[in-house]
Amino acid sequence: MKLMHTDALIIGGGLAGQRAAIGVRRRGLDALILSLVPARRSHSVAAQGGMQASLGHCAKGEGDNEDVHFEDTVRGSDWGCDQIVARMFAHMAPKAAREMAAWGVPWNRVRRGEHQVVINGEHVSLVERDAAHGLITARDFGGTRKWRTCHTSDGTGHALLYAVSDRVIAESIPVHDRKEALALILDGGRCHGAVVRDLVSGELAAYLAGATVIATGGYGRIYGVSTNALINEGMGAALALETGVARLGNMEAVQFHPTAIVPAGILVTEGCRGDGGLLKDVDGYRFMPDYEPDKKELASRDVVSRRMAEHMRRGKGVRSPYGEHLWLDITGLGADHIDRNLREVKDICQYFLGIDPARDYIPVRPTQHYSMGGVRTDHSGQSPWLAGLFSCGEAACWDMHGFNRLGGNSLAETLVAGMLVGESVADYCASAEAEAGCPTALAREFLEREQAELAAIASGRGNEEAVTLRRRMETVMTDSVGLFRNGPALAAAVDELADLLRRSRHLGMRCRRLDANPELVQAYRLPRMLKVALTVALGALRRTESRGAHFREDFPARDDRHWLNRTLASWRPGDELPTLDYEVLDVMHMELPPGFRGYGVKNIIDHPLTAARQSEVDELREARLDRHALQSHLMAFKQFLPERYRGRNARLDEPLP
Amino acid sequence: MSRSLNFAIFRHNPRDPADVPRTQEYRLDETPGMTLFIALTRIREEQDPSLNFDFVCRAGVCGSCAMLINGRPGLACRTLTASLPPDISLFPLPGFELIGDLSVNTGKWMRAMSERLRAWLHFEAEPEVDALEARMEPELAEQVYELDRCTECGCCVAGCGTAQMRADFVGAVGMNKIARFRLDPRDVRSDADFYEVVGDDSGVFGCMSLLGCHDLCPKRLPLQTQIAYLRRSMARQGLW
Repeated sequence: MKLMHTDALIIGGGLAGQRAAIGVRRRGLDALILSLVPARRSHSVAAQGGMQASLGHCAKGEGDNEDVHFEDTVRGSDWGCDQIVARMFAHMAPKAAREMAAWGVPWNRVRRGEHQVVINGEHVSLVERDAAHGLITARDFGGTRKWRTCHTSDGTGHALLYAVSDRVIAESIPVHDRKEALALILDGGRCHGAVVRDLVSGELAAYLAGATVIATGGYGRIYGVSTNALINEGMGAALALETGVARLGNMEAVQFHPTAIVPAGILVTEGCRGDGGLLKDVDGYRFMPDYEPDKKELASRDVVSRRMAEHMRRGKGVRSPYGEHLWLDITGLGADHIDRNLREVKDICQYFLGIDPARDYIPVRPTQHYSMGGVRTDHSGQSPWLAGLFSCGEAACWDMHGFNRLGGNSLAETLVAGMLVGESVADYCASAEAEAGCPTALAREFLEREQAELAAIASGRGNEEAVTLRRRMETVMTDSVGLFRNGPALAAAVDELADLLRRSRHLGMRCRRLDANPELVQAYRLPRMLKVALTVALGALRRTESRGAHFREDFPARDDRHWLNRTLASWRPGDELPTLDYEVLDVMHMELPPGFRGYGVKNIIDHPLTAARQSEVDELREARLDRHALQSHLMAFKQFLPERYRGRNARLDEPLP
Repeated sequence: MSRSLNFAIFRHNPRDPADVPRTQEYRLDETPGMTLFIALTRIREEQDPSLNFDFVCRAGVCGSCAMLINGRPGLACRTLTASLPPDISLFPLPGFELIGDLSVNTGKWMRAMSERLRAWLHFEAEPEVDALEARMEPELAEQVYELDRCTECGCCVAGCGTAQMRADFVGAVGMNKIARFRLDPRDVRSDADFYEVVGDDSGVFGCMSLLGCHDLCPKRLPLQTQIAYLRRSMARQGLW
């Protein structure tokens, strides 16, 4: 048996995983990164528009700070997030942006003096202060009260991923790419690493580690059309689920991005609308102000996506051979702006649509984009049920996004979570608990089990075809577990997915090779994807309310009285369906008690304690403390941060003491 | 009326000593908007589940899917079949270790190149993350980003005359990285340091100025100018 040993095994080579590995390495421990693909091909690279950090340098960002970012994030989540985590995040985001500046990210910078921008379809002149010249600038994004999204043109994910992976190389952290974790190695409630398959040779090895980190990104590819990379198949969530011990959080919280191109499903950034782009219908009419007069195109993503679908249902969509769509119009921004700030968008339009976005409208429609749900962890990134198992980034639900993520908060989260979880992983590795090694016999048992499973799959002579079952799963998810959901369709989806899962155990294989064999990969991933899909569908069926991206036509109200909680999903060995239970969100500890997001008509069933908490909060606010003191009275959070990250963030208007 | 496309695709499993490299033919009916990503996925799903190739983002940004398309290196995911004649040959990118069929190990090559060239920002000290970041001229940040856009797809190496003759040649991808860090005021290295890593025939003096790299770069990086400029600076450094 091939055995590898490391302190921290990081599964996933995207931004969160790589940043966590650097944190571990800098604490004098060994970290090893596993990646399905060369780490720089990870899906982080595709993030375009930017990352939110409340630096407050540019004119439209003045007055921004952690408080505003925190409140935007909580509102964006439709009060579904963990407010402590949202606070930790808002506090850390400026540090992450500044670390990246020092590591080489060529952030776009503030240029002093007057410049022209487009706001609400009008050309407006802004003046940038002299004092801000050369500091990191920001653009507008949806659901935010300030321009807060720091960017490098529209290739921000690329610039960040390259800077971070450059550090990984500089600090000699090994990346084992083209390798896939097949199963976690467990000893009761303790995780000791993973059984890993080499995707080229097919060889299995046991990677034993003090701590194991799932940083595998989202599960968008259970849907038929997704902006996600092809590798985002939810295998991290499946790894945790298959333990029968670890739990997943809020799997039904799935985001649909308003502007993916039709038919390819490739994203064009929210920065298009942030920079002044408009949504138009079949008549060339700008419809968003009719639905959301205040935020218009820059309402929260879940809201814009639903409004677009609603408008198409009213017959205002543009018909095409690939179904209906709407238009994204960025012609008003001008060719020069597009050439500088929306370069990837221009390339995508040119290569995949054959159009020039400076002259032509872009065909778009809402498309699966982000997984708010994931491996449930505490604020340190560790699974409460499986010691030694950590998770960070999109793969995790620690839970800063609740039921809807704000644009620009995912890149920021990858870095912040990597910084924080890297520290807690290092703490854990240094603890006595982590020192208890894994018995080799146990590793062998897990490896042999996977080996036998693969051999059985490769020799399968059943009458089912993996491709057919997978396409059916994708269709069911898109049709019944999408933007609009209802009880009967969800119940039918759960039944059909469960049936597909049974059928997926009877595959017939044409290529029986055990080394690089894409058919084998598809065959062993399929039942895992179906299990992940079932946690999403069942979670959506049981949640009889509408919150953020989870919208039930039969239960349109946000029901804080019954559903101010987080769904937890686990899968007991041998069961046909996941087991769900719920974790309460404690209103009496919220810094920002539940309220109205300000979109559409208010439709909320209040929690019985909301009014009491609101009056406590109001009373404290009337005491007129300085904002830091007030915050710590409302909801202290700094004790959860590593000491090195507890300091205040400097701004032009708020110099460090 | 839709065209019938004839694909001739390179097949070989280098781990099987009995396997002889060959091309295999597949036929597909073209659909509107069909890319090589769509075509290869259909071939794998409908005709041959064993066919190896690499797509990750399928949006032209991750650099995974470079291959020889009718003899020319390019990104398969964003190549429309409509831009090609009905006979399409697909071969793996030369200059990289073959994994199987159209899949090559660019990741291993790129990591080795980065390690050899020390291709990361050499900063003076770890940042004080609570303090205001160091200022940078907006134009300079944009110029650095221009060179930072490389996706390490390998097209420049596949299209390089020197790389075909010298396995240790760093390629335009390597020289562009040096140019990028050289331009970046946050990097403390001097030309003497850069000369150490690219000042020989495996580096900037190995370039024969055929400039296949410049013509083939999917991101249209200004490789011609950057290589010329770097060579001049390194020659000056060598003469001191």
